Amino acid sequence: MNSALAIENGRVIDPATGLDATAGVYIADGRVAAIGVPPPGFAAQRVIDARGLIVAPGLVDLCARMREPGAEGALRGEMRAALRGGVTGVVCPPDTEPPLDEPGLVRMLRQRSREAAGARLYPLGALTAALGGETLAEMHTLAQVGCVAFCQTGALPANHGTLLQALRYARTFDLHVWLRPVDASLVGDGVAGEGGLSARLGLPGIGIAAETVALHTIFELQRASGTRIHICRLSTADGVELVRAAKREGLPVTADVSMHHVHLVDQDIGYYDTNCRLDPPLRTHADRAGICRGLADGTIDAVCSDHTPVSLEDKLLPFGEARCGASGLETLLPLTLEWARAHGLPLVQALAAVTSAPARILAEDTGTLQPGRKADVVVFDPQAWWIVDAESLVSSGKNSPFAGQRLTGRVRYTLVGGEVRFEGVQ
Amino acid sequence: MLDLDAEAIYFELVRRVRERIVGRSPRLVGVHTGGVWLAERLRADLHIEPEVGILDVSFYRDDFSQSGLSRGVRPSRIPFDVEGADILLVDDVLNTGRTVRAAMNELFDYGRPERIDLAVLIDRGGRELPVSTTLVGRTIEVPADVSVVLSRDDDRRLHLRLEEDAGS
Amino acid sequence: MQLRSVSPQLNSEGELHHLLSIEGLPRPLIERILTTADGFIAVGTREVKSVPLLRGRSVFNLFFENSTRTRTTFEIAAKRLSADVYNLNIAASSTAKGESLLDTIDNLTAMQADIFVVRHSQGGAPYLIARHLAPHVHVVNAGDGRHAHPTQALLDLYTIRHYKGAFEPLSVAIVGDILNSRVARSDIHALLTMGVSDLRAVGPLTLLPTGLEELGVRVHTRLEEGIRNADVIVMLRLQNERMRGALLPSAQEYFRNYGLTTQALGHAKPDCIVMHPGPMNRGVEIDSTVADGPHSVILPQVSFGIAVRMAVLSMVASSQRAEFR
Repeated sequence: MNSALAIENGRVIDPATGLDATAGVYIADGRVAAIGVPPPGFAAQRVIDARGLIVAPGLVDLCARMREPGAEGALRGEMRAALRGGVTGVVCPPDTEPPLDEPGLVRMLRQRSREAAGARLYPLGALTAALGGETLAEMHTLAQVGCVAFCQTGALPANHGTLLQALRYARTFDLHVWLRPVDASLVGDGVAGEGGLSARLGLPGIGIAAETVALHTIFELQRASGTRIHICRLSTADGVELVRAAKREGLPVTADVSMHHVHLVDQDIGYYDTNCRLDPPLRTHADRAGICRGLADGTIDAVCSDHTPVSLEDKLLPFGEARCGASGLETLLPLTLEWARAHGLPLVQALAAVTSAPARILAEDTGTLQPGRKADVVVFDPQAWWIVDAESLVSSGKNSPFAGQRLTGRVRYTLVGGEVRFEGVQ
Repeated sequence: MLDLDAEAIYFELVRRVRERIVGRSPRLVGVHTGGVWLAERLRADLHIEPEVGILDVSFYRDDFSQSGLSRGVRPSRIPFDVEGADILLVDDVLNTGRTVRAAMNELFDYGRPERIDLAVLIDRGGRELPVSTTLVGRTIEVPADVSVVLSRDDDRRLHLRLEEDAGS
Repeated sequence: MQLRSVSPQLNSEGELHHLLSIEGLPRPLIERILTTADGFIAVGTREVKSVPLLRGRSVFNLFFENSTRTRTTFEIAAKRLSADVYNLNIAASSTAKGESLLDTIDNLTAMQADIFVVRHSQGGAPYLIARHLAPHVHVVNAGDGRHAHPTQALLDLYTIRHYKGAFEPLSVAIVGDILNSRVARSDIHALLTMGVSDLRAVGPLTLLPTGLEELGVRVHTRLEEGIRNADVIVMLRLQNERMRGALLPSAQEYFRNYGLTTQALGHAKPDCIVMHPGPMNRGVEIDSTVADGPHSVILPQVSFGIAVRMAVLSMVASSQRAEFR
């Protein structure tokens, strides 16, 4: 574990410190030893020439489904996809089969992840037993075996009393709770964002109240419990405004959005493209603008991929019957670059949303290139482009809304703990 | 260049038809569009009282698989009972014979006529089906890639012109 | 970022290759469908009501949702074109056994189908099918979920044109369960395309989808306001089987506020026509005296429907080249 590695001549961007300069990055014993000037006596066993490339912290993805427990052996493939996408840390939600509400499952998952030698895995434990929303999961025990936080996926528990108790229980042990701001009773049979597109296509719509009512509930219960809460996947401009007000008030809340909601709107569903059947649904241009404003002013802390591999069979169905979700691990980086380009954001700012900010939310030692910290690094070519299709995607999920499109930004090296775990071809 | 004086050719046709229908009162049926103009002229010149019938053979053509449905479909209208009727079918140009076949098939879906005579202004040959008539204004020969087109001016005078087929 | 604007129903020559929705059909094409239907109305008045146009072609009626009337009119239309017609009530058979929609289609294509007439409970299903078929096979949408019922809209246009002539000066009111109605959506697109300048949607807020004004329709929640001086009133059926959740308290209360009675009809123009796609719920959306009265053109709508469907089937079968995208 001693290997000394130097990455030279690259443009080093570290959002955590604001660094954006051409410099060498020197790595030893799995950590960043120095930037700029190698430490005295440093003898690199390997030198990576990063001329023309960008050297940044490896991406930390706050939501990627790795398909295990559920699909035996599938984790390895999704880990390879993560590395190919320059992602060195992956938070996997508890909506697995079975759900992550048992310590044994968490241990097994972490073991598999270590064996796969892919990205670091940060498992979220279930907030309620079997994610049923009725009784509490063994949060303390799950935290002991490695769950970084506790999450209710899908929607808020319908029983608000249970939710409040879950929040109080988590607060007891100072555990972090992650919640989807969705009121299931206001979703009804909706399959698309309510608006002009859903009216035209005759698709049952999900109004914004489904998100805003849930947010009001969350913040009220947070005031009553004092729990640290992370809001998963905002989709409405009004929702962003509610989070803004909550932060102003001083509530301990953070929030993320899916990269797909930064780029896409309901119109992209076109003629019923099921790759755009997402949860939360794609919404209007005004909502997307609200999300981008929220990212710009820090209301929204981070962007994740919300990576959800779905089989072709489950997508080759009428829109309302297709399974929700998009494949996103491998497009997260190029879409970050595209977002920066489209909005004129400096890269050091855009990359923060997928590196330092998620690391801060997780309170984990990653997402930065500062000396002394774990060497989770991505080296990528910001000019190289590739076509998103079944061949180029390594994940079992080929269901990308960007299928057939050209994206710019190609990973050349991905390092986890100083070890090169992915090398891309020229 | 052929000199086609449509009105003169028409008068030749009227003469022949008049001879043929001595002692009969056939009903006139024109094939859209040129045939209808001719049928209306014949009705006036032969002093036939009842209305002219109109056939649009779009639904009976044999080239649907190759060319699809024609763009300008109009409703057919036969204002008499075809069953047992004496019919004079009128068209402007007789060529392959396929339009006449379609017209007859369509008439037979209205009923079983007693007889059908065919009157055409121009017979340009090139038959692909066994269709014939002696009630012809004039027989001419034109190259296969040339169309013979009948038109009618505002004074209802008939005109004939030759057109080279586009893209043949 | 995405552009999926190529209409998947017209071929590269702008001809109708599939009929999936009214939206995306240019006005001249709609006019051609109506004119072609004129030709078929004439055929319907003869003793021999059929023409040999589709002889040797096979038309498969694929109804994933039950409907006797629509299926029957398509069957009659196809038979009057001399096509071979096969009726498949999928609701009962293979899909119930778990066979996927596309597997069903593949099996049927192997049986040399030329045209599929499809009715499905999910919006967008005919698009999925059309994308999946070989280039020479055509799809006609007989109703997909809440999205579209294009042949109904075409026959509604035909009916209005028959009784009223030009579309531009008309005031047309669509009344009832617009939220759940594919007929309403298709009618709205059709009437706007044909240039109707005054189009209204009338119903309680729970039955009116958001985004109607965006489409160019004026919204009314009072029947009398909504049908004031209307030339045409289209009454929609309360879609009981599609209504989920508490949208209305009762049929009786609905009738009191939105049922078309002779008295309510007094607010429309004296020569107003009343249409209904059927089947009617008498005493719920429409009073019997109106349904059977002089303003009603509900029965003629049915015979127009056969001619319009003959026009659609023959135009669609007519398209040879399926190059798009």
